[in-house]
Amino acid sequence: MSQYIKNFQKFRPLLAELVSRDVKIKYRKSVLGVLWTLLNPLLMMVVLSFVFSHLMRFNVKNYPLFILSGQLVYNFFSESTSSAMSAILNNAPLIKKVYIPKYLFVLSRIASSVVNIMASVSALIFMMLFMKVELHYTIFLGIIPIFFLIIFSTGVGLILATVTVKFRDIMHLYGVFLTALTYLTPVIYPISFLQSSRIAYTVVNVNPLTNMLTMFRDLVLYGTIPSISSFMLSFVTAMAALVIGLVVFYKKQDKFILNI
Amino acid sequence: MEEPIIEVNHVSMEFNLSAEKIDSMKEYFVKRLKNQISYNSFWALNDINFTMKKGEAIALIGLNGCGKSTLLKTIAGVYKPTKGQVTVRGSMAPLIELGAGFDMDLTAEENIYLNGAILGYSRAEMERYYDDIVEFSELHDFMNVPIKNFSSGMLARLAFAIATIGKPDILICDEVLSVGDFRFQEKCEKRIQKMLEGDTSLLFVSHSIQQVQKICDRAIWIEKGHVVEDGPTSVVCPKYNQAYQPE
Repeated sequence: MSQYIKNFQKFRPLLAELVSRDVKIKYRKSVLGVLWTLLNPLLMMVVLSFVFSHLMRFNVKNYPLFILSGQLVYNFFSESTSSAMSAILNNAPLIKKVYIPKYLFVLSRIASSVVNIMASVSALIFMMLFMKVELHYTIFLGIIPIFFLIIFSTGVGLILATVTVKFRDIMHLYGVFLTALTYLTPVIYPISFLQSSRIAYTVVNVNPLTNMLTMFRDLVLYGTIPSISSFMLSFVTAMAALVIGLVVFYKKQDKFILNI
Repeated sequence: MEEPIIEVNHVSMEFNLSAEKIDSMKEYFVKRLKNQISYNSFWALNDINFTMKKGEAIALIGLNGCGKSTLLKTIAGVYKPTKGQVTVRGSMAPLIELGAGFDMDLTAEENIYLNGAILGYSRAEMERYYDDIVEFSELHDFMNVPIKNFSSGMLARLAFAIATIGKPDILICDEVLSVGDFRFQEKCEKRIQKMLEGDTSLLFVSHSIQQVQKICDRAIWIEKGHVVEDGPTSVVCPKYNQAYQPE
């Protein structure tokens, strides 16, 4: 174990460099640069809240904030897992030539998405101030569901990266899956909206993101503290995903080089 | 007696060359059902044994495809051997492929830090080596240029300068001296020789027997994944030359 930690210590600078490279390249040659991480969620929020407050009327107070918070959680998951998924393949030239602990590539992709979610959180807080919504002290606890979300996504990312090395077509399938997931997560509608349909209600509740998102909204937007059981549930799902991800990745990582 | 710095114990490396490359799930399951998946097993390395003492300079010689690079990569930790064990005691500077991990969109300066990190150096350490790297690569005027605009010679110079910083215990060189112009090759050779005068050990792969004789004192001749002969360069190299002498 100590050997693993020592190895990680040695390559920690690389993790930082990989993340800064991702961020640098993404915004190089754009005039507004890093500001886009803030603008992006805001613009999406404008579009979505405009569309949905005219097309379908959900009875939700401060709908733009509702959407923004939903997007923040969903986008983090979809962005981090789909970029983690191609982490090993995209770094194939490197993996073939030098020894680097391979999980580092997956971690760096997740970490780049963490940078983005931090910007989205600032955008959310900015909007809350702008709309003169009451800020609750529980907003600081919002970090807890986000933390679970990051752990959960890391686990899923590790599994996806492993599978993708062997089967490339998973990438296309996953794209479709993510689209479905947008609607299976209460991003644009409140869960109460589904009460008429038992099946939809169950499916959406089985989705681990739902619980994390609901906790986040409760803490940040509504100032209520979720039940201990939802904390435990999120904790257990996140940890389970991480452990499975690590085991799968660890078992297969020596074979990566033969398939990339 | 001092412990050897590299120990290669009965190392074998198997590659499963699937007759066709299967990389989609659909293909995999269809072929699986039809029982059409076949592998050609190929042993790139076959029971390789050797140890390297501190300060030694060993050359691996052999024809193309004999397993030299596979062996180097196994020692560098890129491959995990199918059988056997590699033990390395000390830090390694792998010059297996120069510029592995260069990002073409980043500038030379940014790439120095990125590449340093790949070799396991922190930013602070790299800052200390920075001037030396610029000096050696002779690229003063180009540090803020994205390296996609570099010529291959410039890339090689930068890569070599980064790879040879610090005082590694083991330097692994695979054909890297064949880059750049004549003058720069000499400069690289000098640098390697200077490192050898220190405590660094060298594992060297080259097709130039002249270079091998100049730099190394021991040679291991490999053919089809087996060690043919292991001994002083003065003994092995002439035999090697003779074996492959065109009629």
